[in-house]
Amino acid sequence: MNTIDHDDLQQHRSYLLRYAMLQLRDPHLAEDVVQETLIAAIESDKFAAQSSLRTWLVGILKHKIMDVVRKRAREPQLEVAEGEDESELVDALFKENGHWADPPQTWNAPEKSLENAHFWNVFEQCNQRMPLNTARAFMMREFMEMTTEEICQELSVSPTNCWVLLHRARLALRECLDLNWFGNAR
Amino acid sequence: MLDCKQNTELLSQSYERPVTLGERIAMRMHLLMCRGCRNFEKQLVFIRKAARELPRKL
Ligand SMILES: [Zn+2]
Repeated sequence: MNTIDHDDLQQHRSYLLRYAMLQLRDPHLAEDVVQETLIAAIESDKFAAQSSLRTWLVGILKHKIMDVVRKRAREPQLEVAEGEDESELVDALFKENGHWADPPQTWNAPEKSLENAHFWNVFEQCNQRMPLNTARAFMMREFMEMTTEEICQELSVSPTNCWVLLHRARLALRECLDLNWFGNAR
Repeated sequence: MLDCKQNTELLSQSYERPVTLGERIAMRMHLLMCRGCRNFEKQLVFIRKAARELPRKL
């Protein structure tokens, strides 16, 4: 076990905030969960030596985030937001006969983008642009690497709805990256 | 025959659940003929990779 240096904790604060924002998209909520995480860290005063401090903090943060998401999912107004008018996006991408309105073009050297800091800004912005539930489901799946079953449970939605949310997220992200990064503007 | 809309739904679902042999064959058939969906398939792989790298890039 290692003891925690309080200055070290503060250094991770901005990282934790960005992490929480991606999932919660509400500065106040993000601030709250990060605060709770740091308090929990200080109270436990020790962390397992096999993980880095950041990994350990993110582990606590994930739990705090999921508490918030779970609470929100139980609130009735989320049901109303469920449709989120994103069928509009899907309708715009495909013609009536189900074929692409504009078939996806090749992306040039996508792997190189991963090394480019500017790409990550665009990626984050594309996430921010998605409707809340869609982004939330996607981030749980890919960013927090939760299983589909866990996500359905946390969001209190059926597996089919879960798949729909995740699929819409992928379509929306693909479209956003296509337009704003890979330069296939039409 | 799958159209592009159905095919992209299936491609996406193959990340969430095991797809049946029939579904797999239907996807392959569609992809053989459809360049747009072939690009989409590759881009899905990339999007997952990027999202999973994001925690290290914050
Ligand atoms: Zn197609």
